Amino acid sequence: MALELVALLFTIQSHSYHKSQFVNSANAITGGLYKKHKAIFQFTSLIKENENLATENTLLRNRLESLKNNSYTPKDSTYQKYIYTTAKVINNSFTKKNNILTIDKGRNDGLQLDMGVISSTGLIGIINNISNNYATVLSVLNSQSKINARLKKNHYFGTLSWNGNDYKKAQLVDIQRQANIQIGDTIVSGGKSTLFPEGIIIGTIHSFDKTRKTYENIEILLSTDMSNLGYVHVVENKEKPEIKNLENSHD
Amino acid sequence: MTRETLTLSFRFLILLLVQVFVLNNIQLFGHLNPMLYILFVILYPLKKERANFMWASFFLGLSIDFFSNSGGINAAATLAIAYFRLPILKLIINRPDIDYTVFKINQEPFIKVILYTCILTFLHHFVVFSLEYFSWNSFIPVLKKSINTSVFTILLSTLYLLFFRKNSKSNF
Repeated sequence: MALELVALLFTIQSHSYHKSQFVNSANAITGGLYKKHKAIFQFTSLIKENENLATENTLLRNRLESLKNNSYTPKDSTYQKYIYTTAKVINNSFTKKNNILTIDKGRNDGLQLDMGVISSTGLIGIINNISNNYATVLSVLNSQSKINARLKKNHYFGTLSWNGNDYKKAQLVDIQRQANIQIGDTIVSGGKSTLFPEGIIIGTIHSFDKTRKTYENIEILLSTDMSNLGYVHVVENKEKPEIKNLENSHD
Repeated sequence: MTRETLTLSFRFLILLLVQVFVLNNIQLFGHLNPMLYILFVILYPLKKERANFMWASFFLGLSIDFFSNSGGINAAATLAIAYFRLPILKLIINRPDIDYTVFKINQEPFIKVILYTCILTFLHHFVVFSLEYFSWNSFIPVLKKSINTSVFTILLSTLYLLFFRKNSKSNF
C-alpha cells in the first residue's frame, strides 16, 4: 500500500509543471542506454535528415546573402542574443497524452532548465529536466505545454497548446477576433517569451471555426514531423537573466 | 531457489528491454503501444509470502517509467495488478484451496489462463491511461484506448503463453 502511494506521488508530481521530477530519463543509465540504441538505429532516418539539412542550408545561405547587402553593422560585432547548441534526440515519443523527448546534451554542455528547443523545420519544445549529460524536453505535443505564438502576417498572438489527439496538429487558443486569420496562414513563435527567438516557424492554419465573438478550434498543421526527429538546436537567450530580473523587480 | 531467482531476474531484464526498445517504438494504427512487460506479473510463481513479488513488480513499473518519462504511472498500475492478481486468479480457477507449491499457471485450462490474462491486462491498461489523462472528462477516450491497447497486449501475451505451454515441464 505504501508503495502504491509512492507511485501515485510520482504520478502527481509529473503532472505539475516545474516541479523537479525524480522519475525521468535524463539520467546516466536510461540516457546512456537510449544513446547506445540510437547509435545503432540512427541510419534508418539519415536520408530524411540529410534532406532537412540541405533545405535549411539553402535557407540560411539565402538569408546570409540578403544580410550582405544590408549596410547595417552592429556596434559590437561579437554580440549575439541567442546561442545555439546542437543536440541529438535519443528518445522520441509522440503518441501519448504528455510527450517528452530525451536529448544527448546536458549541464556539461551549457544547457539549463527552461531553454527552448527547435529543429531545422520548426519549434520542438522546452527543456524540463536536466542532468549532467542528458536532458528531457517537454514537447509541443504535451498537455502542459503552452507556447506564445503569433501570426506571421500581422502581430496578433495566441497560445499554442495540444489536445492530445493528433501528433501532426496542435491548437492555437486565445487569439483575438480582429486577427483576420485565413486557412494556410503561417504561425510563428511570438516574441513575448524569452525561450525562443521571434519568428521560428511553428506551422500553418489547417482549419478553424468562426463564431460571433471569437475564433474556435484553430488547428495548426505542425511544420515539423514530430514522429521523425534527428538533430535539434537548443536555444540560449543571453538576455533572459536581465529580462527576468527586470520583471521580478516589480513584485 | 537460486535458479528461480535467476530466471525471474532474467525475465525482468528481458521484458524491460523489449518493452523500452522494441514495443515502445511500435505505433500500431498510429497510436497503440502494446505493453507486454506485465507478463512478468502474470507469470510470477505463486507464493505465500508476497513482499518480494510486490517489490519486483513495483520496480519493473518504475523502470519503465524512468525510460518513458511517465512519473509513476506504470509503477502504480503494475503494483495494482500485482495486488489483485491472487483474488482474480482464485475467482477464475474456482478452487477453494490452491496449493501454492505445486500450482503452475500453464497447467491450468488454457481458456482460464487467457481469461486471467485478459482481466489483468485490461485492469493494468485502464489504470495506466486513467493516470495518464488524469481527468474525469476523458473517461470515454481512456476506456477506448485501454480496450484497443489491451487487444494487442493480450494477443502478444497469448502467443507467448502458447509458445511456452508446449514444454510445460518448465516450472514457471
